Amino acid sequence: MINFRINGRDVSIDAEPSTPLLWAIRDEIGLTGTKFGCGIGMCGACTVHVGGRATRSCITPLSAIEGTDITTIEGLNSDGQHPVQIAWNDLRVPQCGYCQSGQIMQAAALLKDIPDPSDEDIDAVMTGNLCRCMTYPRIRSAVRQAAAANKETISE
Amino acid sequence: MIKPILIATSAVAVLAAGAFAVYAYYPEIDEVTVESHGDFDAESVERGRILAAAGYCATCHTADDGQPWAGNYPMATGFGTLYSTNISPDPDSGIGNWSAQAFRRAMHEGVDREGRHLFPGFPYNHFTLMSDEDVDDIYAYIMSEVPPVASTQKENEIPFPLNQRILQAGWKMLFVDTGRFESSPEMSEQWNRGAYLVEGVTHCAACHTPRNALGAEIESASFDGAAIDRWVAPALNEKNSAAIRWTASDYSDYLKTGGTRAHGVAAGPMGPVVHAGLRELPDSDLQAIGLYLSDLTGESSTDGSPEENTDDIIAASLASGRPEKTYRQDQGEQLYLTACASCHYNGEQIELGRPDLGVNSATRMQEPDNLIQVILHGVGNEEGLPGIVMPGFASALSDQEVASIASYLRRTRTDKSEWPNLADAVSTLRTH
Repeated sequence: MINFRINGRDVSIDAEPSTPLLWAIRDEIGLTGTKFGCGIGMCGACTVHVGGRATRSCITPLSAIEGTDITTIEGLNSDGQHPVQIAWNDLRVPQCGYCQSGQIMQAAALLKDIPDPSDEDIDAVMTGNLCRCMTYPRIRSAVRQAAAANKETISE
Repeated sequence: MIKPILIATSAVAVLAAGAFAVYAYYPEIDEVTVESHGDFDAESVERGRILAAAGYCATCHTADDGQPWAGNYPMATGFGTLYSTNISPDPDSGIGNWSAQAFRRAMHEGVDREGRHLFPGFPYNHFTLMSDEDVDDIYAYIMSEVPPVASTQKENEIPFPLNQRILQAGWKMLFVDTGRFESSPEMSEQWNRGAYLVEGVTHCAACHTPRNALGAEIESASFDGAAIDRWVAPALNEKNSAAIRWTASDYSDYLKTGGTRAHGVAAGPMGPVVHAGLRELPDSDLQAIGLYLSDLTGESSTDGSPEENTDDIIAASLASGRPEKTYRQDQGEQLYLTACASCHYNGEQIELGRPDLGVNSATRMQEPDNLIQVILHGVGNEEGLPGIVMPGFASALSDQEVASIASYLRRTRTDKSEWPNLADAVSTLRTH
């Protein structure tokens, strides 16, 4: 059994230790907001948070995450009102939408470590999250907007 | 004329052999029964628990698929594989019938209860420095807290004649000074405490000092760094390659938490040293170890105050990580930006848990092995900083692709010379 927390609740998964975390999240726990993209950690669609850090769940084996705290898109904010989600909604960032939960999780983690990112910072961190619809300019704008909203909340 | 010479020569040889036999001979120490141990003092047992953790006894005395403390952990040496023994208090398979005196002799002199010389895979050359009280505390802990386990000992795979235990006596004569730790009166009490722990129970040098052709630590190369289990234990003396000098508090934080902001994390063989070991020590001991190790490492060779240097070095590392207009010309850079930068890129300052690779030891060492190991196999939650993991890319990237990332980082993040034959090194380390 592999034990960890996901979106605030404790889970025990009975699976091979080499099973990718993404499999457990989607097939065992039934949270399907996290997507399978390339399966080799190169596209970012499967991004979740492990210990608050953006982590590619498709190549992270269950053996590596025993005892960790995991957040998926479903747990980022109970009402879907995380500043990044609000900005994504305002600017209508998604097109087909497939990569977007990964984009949002990566952007939320980015703002936690770098609260006021420059465009350079955004490009450097978000480059690993591919979008075949080319929504990149809107992603960048939405990250900026979410950063500004966070700042306002802090100064208020 | 020849006859007397022959007689004299033979006599000398016989005397020498006799003297060696006397030197090598240790009597058996009588068996005791488990019941005869009686109850141990609770405080002694607790001190023993901490000391046993600090010496990570159970790490080498537990096989991957075995019961804790039951031995059979394989140790690859230049002479063949040694299997550690069962040191649980089982009277038949373990050391349950050893007296405290027998345990002390093993720790201090490398001889088992029956008088047989132990192989130096057991680092008694360090444990010999430990006080009788500390050794007795570990004995009390093992006898009262470790569950007894019956097991079948695997045979060592050391060829004849090296497998002859009597020869270990000769090895000892050449390479081991037995005797308790002697403090240096000119140094502080804290420094001496650190030295006692580092040179004794935590036996840091067993991995961080290179060994000679006969497998003994080379005294003149003490803490120069050495290969261990297909990783490299970095130098802890002035040859340490860290961009930012390890301070006493860097060392103590690292040994308590598994990582620091501006250095690498405790991965590979160092993982259990921290997480199953040293972190159990009280803060005062970790600080003493930090003080002693930072004294070994010495001052930074660069000019200016350490703080100024640190700021400059971090600024340079951060600057070298910024994408350029011309970026993505290079395959290593492309892959780095796609697969690595989302976690390793830092903004104004290095965040704990976002290792900045321009100052990370793995990119700066003479060997690429540690960087390649982490790229291939990742860092699990049992290693490094708690709660944070890194996936391995062994199934995602080819040897050549991993090599291109390592080469890119070496070229752009450090002032060190290129690593040769990287793809071959990746290929070798891939079979984990």
